[in-house]
Amino acid sequence: MKNREYQQIDPQALATPPPRPLPEHKPKRVRRKWEVFPGKNRFCCDGRIIVARQSGVLPLTLGLILLTSGLFFIFDCPFLVKHLTSCIPAIGGVLFVFVVISLLQTSFTDPGILPRATPEEAADIEKQIDNPTGSSSSYRPPPRTKEVVINQQVVKLKYCFTCKIFRPPRTSHCSLCDNCVERFDHHCPWVGNCVGKRNYRFFYTFIVSLSFLTAFIFACVTTHLALIWSILGLSGFHTYLVAANLTTNEDIKGSWSGKSGNEDVGNPYSYNSIIKNCCSVLCGPMPPSLIDRRGFVPADDSVQTSPVEIELPAAKNDINMCTQGTKGLLETASRSPLLTSSCPQAKPQAVPAVLETLPEIVPSPAPELPKTAGGHQSTNTPHKHHSHHRSKAKQTTHNPTHKTSNSSPRPHHSHSSRRKDSKNRDPKFSSLR
Amino acid sequence: MISAPRTATDRTKLPYCHESFHNLQELRHSASLANKVFIQRDYTDGTVCKFQTKFPSELDSRIERTLFEDTVKTLNNYYAEAEKIGGQSYLEGCLACLTVYLIFLCIETRYEKVLKKISRYIQEQNEKVYAPRGLLITDPIERGMRVIEISVYEDRGSSGSSSGSSTTSSSGR
Repeated sequence: MKNREYQQIDPQALATPPPRPLPEHKPKRVRRKWEVFPGKNRFCCDGRIIVARQSGVLPLTLGLILLTSGLFFIFDCPFLVKHLTSCIPAIGGVLFVFVVISLLQTSFTDPGILPRATPEEAADIEKQIDNPTGSSSSYRPPPRTKEVVINQQVVKLKYCFTCKIFRPPRTSHCSLCDNCVERFDHHCPWVGNCVGKRNYRFFYTFIVSLSFLTAFIFACVTTHLALIWSILGLSGFHTYLVAANLTTNEDIKGSWSGKSGNEDVGNPYSYNSIIKNCCSVLCGPMPPSLIDRRGFVPADDSVQTSPVEIELPAAKNDINMCTQGTKGLLETASRSPLLTSSCPQAKPQAVPAVLETLPEIVPSPAPELPKTAGGHQSTNTPHKHHSHHRSKAKQTTHNPTHKTSNSSPRPHHSHSSRRKDSKNRDPKFSSLR
Repeated sequence: MISAPRTATDRTKLPYCHESFHNLQELRHSASLANKVFIQRDYTDGTVCKFQTKFPSELDSRIERTLFEDTVKTLNNYYAEAEKIGGQSYLEGCLACLTVYLIFLCIETRYEKVLKKISRYIQEQNEKVYAPRGLLITDPIERGMRVIEISVYEDRGSSGSSSGSSTTSSSGR
C-alpha cells in the first residue's frame, strides 16, 4: 500500500473513531455515516437532525420564546381582540410560527461541515507539502499555508491539522463542534449550533422575525396597559380624544359613552374614522377670532353709555317715555323703522291715555315738530338714529342747557331723546306720573 | 447559494449506485487499486465549485489529455449551473423565505437536480471513457466537493509494472 510510505500520517488515527462503542451484538448491521461521524456533533432521527454536542442555551432560548408568546396570547390577546381588532392574534401567531420554525431550522441544520479527508487524500496532500522540503520526520510540521489569487487579491489558505485538508476560502474550524465549516460565521450558543453557509439564511430569518415579534408584543402590551389605565399620560389621553373627536368635558361627563349602559348613545360629532377625526380636529380649517381685539371703537358707542346712567331715574317714567316715544315714532317713522318697534307694547297703552289728556299733542302731524317736547323716545331702546333728529336739535337746543343737566354730555344731535327731565317739569304731564 | 443534499440518505437515491456498475465491479475484481489521483479545487474565481483542469502527470500514459480536460470542464460547467444566481434561484429563494424554508421538505432544489445530472454524467463517463482505460472517477460529492478522485487500477495480471511509478504532485499549489 502506498500510504505506508507517509509516516506522518497514521492510517489508524485517520480512521474515524465512532462516538460510541460498536454494537458487538450486531456485527452485520450496516452503519450509517452519522454513527461514525468524527466531529463532536450529535444526531437525531437517524441522522436527519444534527446538533452540537453542547446544545448551549437552546432550551433557554426556546423556553423564553414560548413563555413570552404564551403569556401574550393568554392575557393580552383576549382584551385586545375585544377592544381593537382580531388581527392582533393572527399577526402574532404568524410571527411566532416564523420564529420557532426558523430557530429549529438553524439549530438542526448542517451548517456546511466539510467532511474530513480520506486517508488517501490526506496522504496526497502531505506528499505535496513534504516533497519540496524533502523531510520525512515524525514531528508536527509548522502551520502550512497555500496562496491563491482570488479576484486580483492574494488569499492564504490554511491547512487544518484536524481535518487534514487545506481549508477552502472563508472556511474556519469550529473548536466547539470540532469541524471545518464552510463560510463560517460564528458558533451561536443561543441556537446551539454553528452558523455557516447552509444555515445562515435560517439564522437571519430567525433574528429578524424575533425582532418583529418582540416589538409587536411590546407594542401590544403597552397598548393594553394604556387602555386599561385610561391611557397613561396626558398626551396619550388627548391622542385618544382627538382620535374619537371628543372633548375632555364630554369624556368626563360621559355624554356619549352611555354612562347608564345605553349603547345607543354615540358621539354624533365623530366621523367614525380615526384618521378623519384626527384630520378634522388637528388639521381642520382655523376659525377666525370673533372678538376683534384691535378694531377701533365707533363714535356711537358713547351714546349707548348714557342710557345706562340715566336708566334708573327714568325707570319710573317708562310710560312717559313711551308717550314721548309715540311722538318720536310719528316723527321718525319714515326715517328709522327700528323706532317703531321701540315700544310697541307701551304704545297702545300709553296712546289712549295720552290721547285723552293731550288731545292737542297727539293728533299733531308727524312731520311737525312738537314745541313743548321733542321727540322723546324710550330709554329702553337707545338708538343710533338720533342723528336723524338734527331738525329737532335746532329748535330745542336751549333745553339741554336748562333741563338736562344731570344727563351725560352728549352730542348735540341727539339731545332730543333725552328730554326726560324737561318732560318731568312739564306740568301737562304731571298727571301721567 | 443553493444548498447541497441535506442528508446522506438522499445520495442513495442518486443513480450512482454500486449495483449498476457491472463493468466497473468487474474492473475492481480483476484489477487492484494502484493509485489515487486527486484533482484539487480551483479557487481563483472565489468560493464557487471549480476544479483545476491541469492534467496530472500520473495519467499521462493512461488517458488522452483532451478527454480528461473535457470531463473536468463539463463538470465545472455543471457546478456553475447549479450555483448560478439568476431568476430561478431568486424565485426559489423568495418562495422558500415566505414559507419559512418548509418548502425544502417538499420540493427538490435546483442544486439537487443538477447534482443528479452530474452523477449520471460521471457514471456515463466512467462506463464509456475511463473504465476501459482502467480508471474510475469518484463523484466529488462523496469527497465533500474538495477533490475529484480518480482511482487508477492495475490489471492483476500485470505484476505491478506501473505500481512502481512514483507519484508526483498532481496539482500545483
